[in-house]
Amino acid sequence: MAHYLWLILAFPFAGAIVLLLAGPRLSRAVAAVIGAGSIGLSAVAAIAVALEFSTARPNPTFYHQVLWNWFDVAGFSPSIALHLDALSLVFVLVITFVGFLIHLYSTEFMADDEDFSRFFACMNLFVGAMLVLVLADNLLLLYLGWEGVGLCSNLLIGFWYKNPANGYAARKAFIVTRVGDTAMMIGLFMLFQQFGTLHIQQIAEQAAQVWPVGSPVALTVALLLLGGAVGKSAQLPLQTWLPDAMAGPSPVSALIHAATMVTAGVYLITRMHVVFELAPVAQATVAVIGALTLLIAGCSALTQNDLKRVLAYSTISQIGYMFLALGLGAWSAGIFHFMIHAFFKALLFLGAGVVIQALHHEHDMTRMGGLRHKMPVVFWTFLIGSASLAALPLVTAGFYSKDQILWLSFAGERGSLGLYAAALVGAFITSVYTFRMVFITFFGESKTPIVHYPGSRMTLPLVVLAVLSLVGGFIELPHNLAQFTLFSNFLRPVLPDVVVKPNYDELEWIMQLVAAAVSLSGIYVAYVFYLKSPALVQSLERSGPAMALHRFWHAGWGFDALYDALLVRPYVFLANLNRRDVIDRFYTLLTDLAQSLHGLLAQTQNGVLRNYLTGIALGAAAILTLSILL
Amino acid sequence: MESGLLLAGILFMLGLISVLIRRNIIFMLISVEIMLNAAGLAFIVAGSHWAQPDGQVMFIFILTMAAAEVSVGLALILQIYHRLKTLDSDAANLMRG
Repeated sequence: MAHYLWLILAFPFAGAIVLLLAGPRLSRAVAAVIGAGSIGLSAVAAIAVALEFSTARPNPTFYHQVLWNWFDVAGFSPSIALHLDALSLVFVLVITFVGFLIHLYSTEFMADDEDFSRFFACMNLFVGAMLVLVLADNLLLLYLGWEGVGLCSNLLIGFWYKNPANGYAARKAFIVTRVGDTAMMIGLFMLFQQFGTLHIQQIAEQAAQVWPVGSPVALTVALLLLGGAVGKSAQLPLQTWLPDAMAGPSPVSALIHAATMVTAGVYLITRMHVVFELAPVAQATVAVIGALTLLIAGCSALTQNDLKRVLAYSTISQIGYMFLALGLGAWSAGIFHFMIHAFFKALLFLGAGVVIQALHHEHDMTRMGGLRHKMPVVFWTFLIGSASLAALPLVTAGFYSKDQILWLSFAGERGSLGLYAAALVGAFITSVYTFRMVFITFFGESKTPIVHYPGSRMTLPLVVLAVLSLVGGFIELPHNLAQFTLFSNFLRPVLPDVVVKPNYDELEWIMQLVAAAVSLSGIYVAYVFYLKSPALVQSLERSGPAMALHRFWHAGWGFDALYDALLVRPYVFLANLNRRDVIDRFYTLLTDLAQSLHGLLAQTQNGVLRNYLTGIALGAAAILTLSILL
Repeated sequence: MESGLLLAGILFMLGLISVLIRRNIIFMLISVEIMLNAAGLAFIVAGSHWAQPDGQVMFIFILTMAAAEVSVGLALILQIYHRLKTLDSDAANLMRG
């Protein structure tokens, strides 16, 4: 079955090509079948490969498939080759399966959109590019997928291109992530200069021999790769593009946040974990960036009124948890949280899409409310997703994945009290803003009439994802609850284990109780403030400092304004200064000269035969004279 | 020898000048014929000077070419007259750039 590996990639790309070439001529039903079906087939192929991979004896650590040689220049010959190990398998399964559910949902969500086939072409391409990224066996091919993902995000965020604001958001996402990509590209150049290859396995084997631990080159490379990851995963300081990326349709947000784009950075760091382990300073930076980001984004999420922006800041914050885990060396905990996050965040975005569509494209939560009884399926699934996001103890998957990170940030070898405190405060903020969102949206009195009820193709993905958000956590239980570690056992051949500080094991119970208490108290605070006595919020809002803080957080800690003042304005000023480009003037002169000469020569084409003859005769006389004289 | 080449040169220049100053296309065609004949005369004179047959071979070539040229030229002149109702070459400037 391993030689069918390429099929996983081929289906989404084939779907995208068919829809791009024949899209406008296809009926909506056919386009929907091709668009969602190609991802479905890809998911089936992925499951088949996964079954083969996990049941084969002796147990393989990876499958490798060379498709063809890309090019061969001066000894550098990257191949289009696929590498599937436990890590990429987890990503492939999440991308294809969650991607398929999102596609299925989109067939109904986008049913009335005029650019139906273009939407599915871009979505298929998005999934295909992400699959290239996670299956690539060398960093050049990975970079191809990396840029493909960036391109598709630009196409999809600006999907409703007739509104200039959407185009602006698309450009912002493209350019901000490109800042990170540039850093990553320099990192790749350095890796090639060091190893003479970009093959990931070869780099992993050679790195420990070439670099001592803490060598400055390893540190530089790791930091440059981190720059790329920070851009794609919307972490500090390049997080500003993600909230604006909400301009795209809701399924696009679900795909970007759950299965593609923002998880690319997590994948890159995990894939290059050898390099990061040789540069402890860079790894500590990853943890610190994660901790800071989860706090900053969490505070911003508290103040947003746009339903999708709350979720966007929530994603930034949850990816912060993943970065924190990666920085701690808790690789499998980070990937576990990625998987669970993909389930509940896709669920939340799709649920938000239903709500927004039902209320006639109303994004403002304060004008929603009272949807609990009118849309019970959406309410219950959204509640499950929110509970998972808030890490409601024992019953939700989010608890198991987040508890692991909390515990390791304290007890892990690289953990510290500061990181633990940040993660704990972040967990509290998460459950407050999550249930603030639930209470405002679904409880209270109804403020906007419902104009559209979701059909089965929209509710089915919600139910499936809700089930996964509940039971998905049981494949990896904390050590003190049961010795059941299916997920980390699966990843063990690829990713090293995290080392726990000695004599900390007895504390795990207390830590879990603390985490559970924090989560529950966050929900209670949200209940008090937003459901029981909303007057408290209003009195809080009337006080000056609170209002200023609210505005500051609402504006995303002023990062946009800072970048605007620091980078955008000076650049625009310089561009205005040089409006008529100095260097352009030379070339303008050149074209003007050529054009005037052309005008002169065109005068001689007057159609008078005798003039031509005179020209010929004079020319002949001149040539003869010259040949005689010289 | 010199007088023969001189005659050929004078004939050629006369032909060239009349091509340049005439406006009637038929006269231009005749002038081209005179230039061709002047060239032919130069070949004959040169051939007889060096006692080589090549000059006469070239003259027969020129004769043949002149016949072909006149037939094509006359056909073109007929077409021009048919279209423009005039033989003035300056009138045939419809294809100017």
